[in-house]
Amino acid sequence: MLPALPLDEAGPYVAAAYLVFFALVLIYVAIMAAKLGRIERDLTELTELAERREADETAADQHEHERVGATRE
Amino acid sequence: MRRAVGALLRKDLLVELRTKEAVPAMALFSISTFVVFHFGLDRSSLDGSLAAGVLWVTLLFAAVLGINRLFVAEVEQGGFDGFLLAPVDRTSLLVAKALALLAFLVLVQLIAIPAFAFLLLGPSLWQALPELLAVAALADVGLAVIGTLVSAIAIRTRARDLIVPILLLPLLIPVVLAAAQATAPLLALDGAGPLPGRWLAILAIYDGVFGLLAYAIFDFLLED
Amino acid sequence: MTYGKGLRPLAALTALTLTAAFALVFFFAPLDADQGFVQKIFYVHVPIGIVALVGFMAGGVFAIQHLRTRDPRHDLRSYVAIHIAIVLALGTLVTGSIWAKASWGSWWVWQEPMLVSFLIVFLLYACYTPLRFSIEDKERQARYASVFAIVAGAFVPLNFAAVRMAEAYIHPRTFATTGGGIPGDMFLTFLVALAGIGLLFVTLWKYEMASKNATFKLRALRRTLAGDELAPARRSAAPTL
Repeated sequence: MLPALPLDEAGPYVAAAYLVFFALVLIYVAIMAAKLGRIERDLTELTELAERREADETAADQHEHERVGATRE
Repeated sequence: MRRAVGALLRKDLLVELRTKEAVPAMALFSISTFVVFHFGLDRSSLDGSLAAGVLWVTLLFAAVLGINRLFVAEVEQGGFDGFLLAPVDRTSLLVAKALALLAFLVLVQLIAIPAFAFLLLGPSLWQALPELLAVAALADVGLAVIGTLVSAIAIRTRARDLIVPILLLPLLIPVVLAAAQATAPLLALDGAGPLPGRWLAILAIYDGVFGLLAYAIFDFLLED
Repeated sequence: MTYGKGLRPLAALTALTLTAAFALVFFFAPLDADQGFVQKIFYVHVPIGIVALVGFMAGGVFAIQHLRTRDPRHDLRSYVAIHIAIVLALGTLVTGSIWAKASWGSWWVWQEPMLVSFLIVFLLYACYTPLRFSIEDKERQARYASVFAIVAGAFVPLNFAAVRMAEAYIHPRTFATTGGGIPGDMFLTFLVALAGIGLLFVTLWKYEMASKNATFKLRALRRTLAGDELAPARRSAAPTL
């Protein structure tokens, strides 16, 4: 084992080790952010789909009522 | 269960006896590897920890050859389906295959260890033969148990020949480590030293733990 | 089950503990007599290592539950735990290598059992994803992965014991790493760092589980609403619910 490095030489190594740790965590957060973005996009797409279907159904109901009303008359 | 194991073991040994596929190839591979080591290390005579290392690494790689092929017949000729239909405890396949692999390893080592003594070993093989056989016996059990388990995991995958070595080697490092450490004083140049008991204990514990583990989970590999 | 529950306070606690730990490392813990400033690497290297090992064993425990109940959610828990542990194991190897270069002058040393054991464990768990990827049937993939996770989880402590014994036999340890015979304030700093990294693991695990859970629910919702799949089914290593 080498004798203890003086502070100015040892500093970069310690900093590198802690930076590796932070880099791993930050990379993970970035990947998770991308996944979350995709989830949000899917969610907005599906809510739009659900609203459109609801609008279609109410429109269909209205046409049903009008048709029934027309035949009754 | 014992009868199932006996029947399966007999079948595997008979097949090997008739086809002579695995054991001669493994033995030939071991001897070729010794030659390669001679040229690779540029040494004519090995002793001590170097001899132990070369011996056990060679035996490990020869075992990989046999392990790769252990379940091939079952998969290719429908033996798995036939076995699953039979009203026997599924773990009997594990025990039978492990015993077959153990038999193959012992046969290969009966050829490879004298070949090693002939080609590369400096000190005499006789100076500590019973201790060497004890180490080999325990190491072989470890190789057989873990080899059978890994072979069963890998055989149903797509890249089976590739998965076996990468999965097997890390799991067998403690076995090779203990075997080499135990063998090193036995092959010392100036007469055999005492057999370090702690490595035998480690081998025994390792074999025991993985033997029980394999026994407990082998069933899950055979469903469907 | 919702994994996002309690995630925010957990994340806050993690951040707090890690900040406290690093503050202690640089402002409170005394300077090591032998290694000097370089010894500070241990406060990040060893806790990451320990948490990685616990993560691998937790993956094995989840795998046991999966085999017992056949619930694919346990397989997902195992998968996520093992993946995070693999990342931490890589971090252990890199920080350990940096420490080795600073202490011994070379980027790798065989004398340090923690480093050697981690190399072996990392090599083993590097097979986890290729193994999963090479099995197409999802149910069998999960089952075989669980078998592997159990075997590998059992291997971790045995491997450590074996390597430690081997190194002690050949190279007597000339220094004590944290955990044995060290001054009290160093030990306290180490414990806080360990707690911080442990909390980090749990936070990341819950985070990933929540994300995957949400993705699967969205996929199911899309199937009922739109009647189609988002992407053609490809071979993948990840578990599905």
